[in-house]
Amino acid sequence: MLHMRIAKRQEPLGLGGSCLVLVLALALSLALSGFLLFLGGTPPVKGLSTLFHGAFGSRWAFEDSVLKAIPIFLCSLGVAIAFRLKVWNIGAEGQFALGAVGATWVALSYPDWPAYFLLPAMIAMAAAAGGFWGLIPAFLRQKLRTNEIIVTLMMNYVAILFLDYLVYGVWKDPTSFGFPMTPAFSDNAVVGKIGSSSINWGIFHCLGLGFLMWGFLKFTRLGFELKAAGDNVAAARYAGIPYDRLVMLVMVMSGALAGWAGFLEASATVNRLQPSIMVGYGYTAIVVAWLARLNPLSIGIASILLAGLRVGVENLQLDLQVPAAFGGILEGLILLTVLAGGLFTHYKIERKRIR
Amino acid sequence: MTTEIIISLLAAAVQSGTPILYATLGEIFTEKSGVLNLGVEGAMILGALAGFMVAKFTGSPVIGFLAAGVVGSFATSIHGVVCLWFQGNQVVSGLALTILGAGLANYLGTAYVGLSAPGFNPLALPVLSEIPVLGKIFFQQDLLVYFSYCIPFLMWLFFAKTRYGLSLRAVGEYPAAATAAGLNVLLYRWVGILVGGFFMGLGGAYLSLAYTHLWTTNLTGGRGWIAVALVIFAFWRPGRAVFGAYLFGGVMALQLRLQASGTQLPSSLLLMLPYALTVLVLVLSSWKKGSSDEPGALGVNIEPVD
Repeated sequence: MLHMRIAKRQEPLGLGGSCLVLVLALALSLALSGFLLFLGGTPPVKGLSTLFHGAFGSRWAFEDSVLKAIPIFLCSLGVAIAFRLKVWNIGAEGQFALGAVGATWVALSYPDWPAYFLLPAMIAMAAAAGGFWGLIPAFLRQKLRTNEIIVTLMMNYVAILFLDYLVYGVWKDPTSFGFPMTPAFSDNAVVGKIGSSSINWGIFHCLGLGFLMWGFLKFTRLGFELKAAGDNVAAARYAGIPYDRLVMLVMVMSGALAGWAGFLEASATVNRLQPSIMVGYGYTAIVVAWLARLNPLSIGIASILLAGLRVGVENLQLDLQVPAAFGGILEGLILLTVLAGGLFTHYKIERKRIR
Repeated sequence: MTTEIIISLLAAAVQSGTPILYATLGEIFTEKSGVLNLGVEGAMILGALAGFMVAKFTGSPVIGFLAAGVVGSFATSIHGVVCLWFQGNQVVSGLALTILGAGLANYLGTAYVGLSAPGFNPLALPVLSEIPVLGKIFFQQDLLVYFSYCIPFLMWLFFAKTRYGLSLRAVGEYPAAATAAGLNVLLYRWVGILVGGFFMGLGGAYLSLAYTHLWTTNLTGGRGWIAVALVIFAFWRPGRAVFGAYLFGGVMALQLRLQASGTQLPSSLLLMLPYALTVLVLVLSSWKKGSSDEPGALGVNIEPVD
């Protein structure tokens, strides 16, 4: 019988140790999901290799992973700044939906505007719509002390149903043979692909916004206040940081980023608005944000990893008929193991001294 | 004629409110111990699948119902391991449980989609069901509904009148003081998580065994989240949870009837109703927040160092 006890570390775990914990957590979640593949009648080793091959094994697969990483990255960037402030924005999915709706509205209303004018207008509208959807729960939280977790989550359902209402109703393409989708965007409203690849120019939006966010958090007063207020609300208030306004601002930024992702998904990926763009990127973004410890650079890496898993799961579905829900299992397990691994940042487990 | 429609609507409200009631009571129990479990949706859907599968294989809906409770506890024990042993953030862990639970249930249940299992059917209670109006609303339901009538009272009794209930509340209110008083805080929190999970699983099973008798993907449809909101609406009191659950049951029943009646309103707008109402209910309950019994240490982990 081993006698163990938990002891506090003098110093938080360093980078090497943190990476080791992360790798072990990922390995554990893969092992568990391999076991579930086995339960479902799929040979686990073959299944996991199909998963990885499908995600990163070929140029086409890798491009698809990067393509899916674009919306996940933007949503996750937004989720991460809200989480830094300990405001639990679970609403990226709905803010994404509303962003796509906003962009579509501009694209369908002014299809003849030149691209250099139309695309920025679509982005502005998407960011405004997503930001507005983020502002409501922030306002309710600060003014009425309602729980933002539930409000943002419920607003996801409302936003997605609103999107459905539009594409099944007023915005439905009369020539789509009954499929729920808007007419295709005009060429001016489409963010194009880079050269012969399947990756679109949205990747540069990610780079730019990610860099801006990194600079904002590192070099601006507001970015610093955000971190301080997240660590200790009472102290921040005492230090004169306008906490209420900060929460609302951060939620608007958070929603605007998710809305921007919605714009890219509608404009670059499907060139129209259709319900199939709602595949849960907003929830994956939460897994990514936590995996990356809310750090913009790590979010980039983690988005590609999680996007890769999504592509890999599609491959599993095609090759080995594994249900698509397997993706949720992977994401859930990764989040849980990484969360549990967080213990080792501040604590260690040691053998109990026998007296 | 109209009164009959209203009575049948109210009876349907009780029925659709019952799964939410089970889940809300489960979450109240867990939160009373100081643990915030946002994985209700995950525990519910796993319970729904477990209840369905066990009822199908054993042919006994009662065994299926109980198995759903056990699986619900098993699901929430994951939250216990992550938060109680590994100090994980309770908000994120609950979310992860929801993602995992939905994935797992849809994955393991793929082969059962569209199949049916033996379930519970309405069973009019003698004498009671003869009461005018109330009899039709409350006493021509199935066994699981009758069972759910007892739980709020039993839970209230437990919290208000027993030593263990008082201790559990103390652990949720002020863990440091509870520890000083010699209570095993971690043990009480485990009980809070496991018993709560049991009821969440039962709520899920109500959906697959009584409400529909069949298995489909995403059977719970956000009811677990509504339950989390209802805990706040109920001010953490089991009795008030009953009103909240039937209110939502009523809205869901009304929305289904409107759809069936061939109304001009688009179905996506009707489907929004329960979710929009949840936000409204939260806003309304914030007005009287002073009278709520929210546990003081809700969502705060306990330092593991002794």
